[in-house]
Amino acid sequence: MLKRTITLAAGAAMLATTAMAADPVKIGFVTTLSKGPAVLGRDMRDAADLAMEHIGARMGGRDVEIIYKDDEINPGIGKKVTDELVQKDRVDFVTGYIWSHVLLASYKSVIGNGPMLISANAGPSQIAGELCNEDFFSTSWQNDQTPEAMGEVLNQLGIKSIYVMAPNYAAGKNMVAGVERTYKGEILGKDFTKWPDQIDFSAELAKARAAKPGAVFVFYPGGAGVQFLKQYAQAGLKETIPLYTVFTVDAISLPVVKDLAVGSLATQMWSPDLDNAANRKFVDGFKAKYGRFPSFYAAQSYDAIMLIKAGVDAVNGDTSDKAGMRAAMKKADFGSVRGDYTYGNNNFPIQNFYLREAIKNDAGEYTVKTAKTVFTAHQDSYHSKCPMN
Amino acid sequence: MNWILLIEQTLNGLQLGLLLFLLAAGLTLVFGIMDLVNLAHGSLYMVGAYFAATFTAWTGSFVLAVVLTLPATLLVGAVVEVVCLRTLYDRDHLDQVLATFGLILFFNELVRLVWGPAGLSVPLPEFLSNSLELAPGLIYPSYRLAIIIASLLAAFFLYWLVARTRIGMLIRAGASNREMVGALGVNIRFLFTIVFGLGAALAGLAGLMAAPISTVEIGMGENVLILAFVVIVIGGIGSIRGAFVSALLIGLIDTVGRAFLPDVIGGFFDDEFADAAAPALASMSIYLLMAVILAFRPEGLFSARNG
Repeated sequence: MLKRTITLAAGAAMLATTAMAADPVKIGFVTTLSKGPAVLGRDMRDAADLAMEHIGARMGGRDVEIIYKDDEINPGIGKKVTDELVQKDRVDFVTGYIWSHVLLASYKSVIGNGPMLISANAGPSQIAGELCNEDFFSTSWQNDQTPEAMGEVLNQLGIKSIYVMAPNYAAGKNMVAGVERTYKGEILGKDFTKWPDQIDFSAELAKARAAKPGAVFVFYPGGAGVQFLKQYAQAGLKETIPLYTVFTVDAISLPVVKDLAVGSLATQMWSPDLDNAANRKFVDGFKAKYGRFPSFYAAQSYDAIMLIKAGVDAVNGDTSDKAGMRAAMKKADFGSVRGDYTYGNNNFPIQNFYLREAIKNDAGEYTVKTAKTVFTAHQDSYHSKCPMN
Repeated sequence: MNWILLIEQTLNGLQLGLLLFLLAAGLTLVFGIMDLVNLAHGSLYMVGAYFAATFTAWTGSFVLAVVLTLPATLLVGAVVEVVCLRTLYDRDHLDQVLATFGLILFFNELVRLVWGPAGLSVPLPEFLSNSLELAPGLIYPSYRLAIIIASLLAAFFLYWLVARTRIGMLIRAGASNREMVGALGVNIRFLFTIVFGLGAALAGLAGLMAAPISTVEIGMGENVLILAFVVIVIGGIGSIRGAFVSALLIGLIDTVGRAFLPDVIGGFFDDEFADAAAPALASMSIYLLMAVILAFRPEGLFSARNG
């Protein structure tokens, strides 16, 4: 496989015209680089930079250039910078996107205007369903999938009732819909909190306490997760009601909240301890270069660059051959850090989901370890609404 | 309705309201006395939180950090006033808004350079990180109780300072008629520096108390600042009493809205509608309150200028 890639790349270098070889492949990368969630954007940018280092900043015999843009966690600004990337910088690919509402606002700016769009995080149900497009690929998940896995875990643990909390925006609604779809027990109450500026959860936690559920399920990404975990512990709930989360306890929040999160369980399609060659290279390289564990945001961003490379390599750097690139990317055989996966009709991954436990390892670092596999080759529930096949 | 839950939510509302009061008190003083629109007040809140995080890491004690943070934010406030804001008093409000908005950007970048983009966390001492059983079944986090007590003490101190001391008399006089105070030979420049420093220290106090509950992060003051402006507009600009009353009002309405609106709406409409409407209405509730109060009392509840 590697040999074939090298031969292809060498062939591409020979075939490529001088003008084309001088012209780099341009990738626009939209993420949050300011405000509170800047730390998530930094993880994504660091991972993309690491991927560039690992591939020698070359794809299909051409140089590669990544242009980073800041969405300020604001759909309006996300759309504006996406428009700039597409119309002014004339990028070949746009990737990144932490937030579902930012991706939804920016979607039409890319799709139909030439470049291909690869989401490295956000997976809103609309894009998996009726809005699906052959020029869109995800290297993450559809929002509902991870909480669906968590709902299954709660069933297996025999938890009779839960209380649900999530922020009030596109992804929050998807997360709650996901857990409601698979969880068979009773949902005693649910709160959608104001996003992103509500930082105090005292009113909601008091209600959760009064409802006396068997467990609490939450989705609070980024800094909000840190706030939630602290307030959960301060309210004395950590000892009395077990907490199950998605996208809340990760390599970003763990070093901040430390022992408050140790032992908590979360579902995810990737974990730093997954045993495959690509993941070892990625995690070790990331830790060596930046001195910290990568988050799933980083893993998905690394995969996004590798997926783009697979597409550009297949057409020997001729990015005008979109059909060729689509076909190559659809195979998903680029060696993902999550292990093998395939693409469904809507270009969202069909992949495994794992249960991860937050731990303090022997070196005194806070990280997560894989406890078990919850779903094997799991597909999202919106793919039937997507007209592609 | 569960009365324990009601009491707990009232305490939550009180705690949020008192924290807002500390922030709004400084804002209303500066606005009312110095006639300065200070958008950068939230930055002082952020600086207070970062100081608290750093001093806790240095000294290993949250209590010591509190003692160090207050004079440090007062000093930052005084320096900002002397270096930057003095030249703005004669300009109109639009120039002040522009300049203090620039200060927000400046402080955000400065914090990024000094502390980095990742958020910081402030660990609480053991005796504040648990929860107390106030009455049978009524469990409340001890740190939130501490916030309520500390804010009430700060409010009382402010009341004493403004109502019972010579400096407070000058502050009140400055709020009513600042030209006259200047004409009577009071050093207005020095008074302004003191007032601004005091406001900064109060914002710093709010920031440092919020730090262990939330993450200390860049831009943390900007959302709170909007609420603080709502508080001073409802309370009447320049009136500390008004800020106190309206801060408590807003804290309670916001908390009660978040706590009980979903159930109330869920009782009348189907679940899907309630899921969508309740969070939206709850986050609008304080702005609705502001609109109603301003419709009947455009000067706010307590107007400083009219006595």
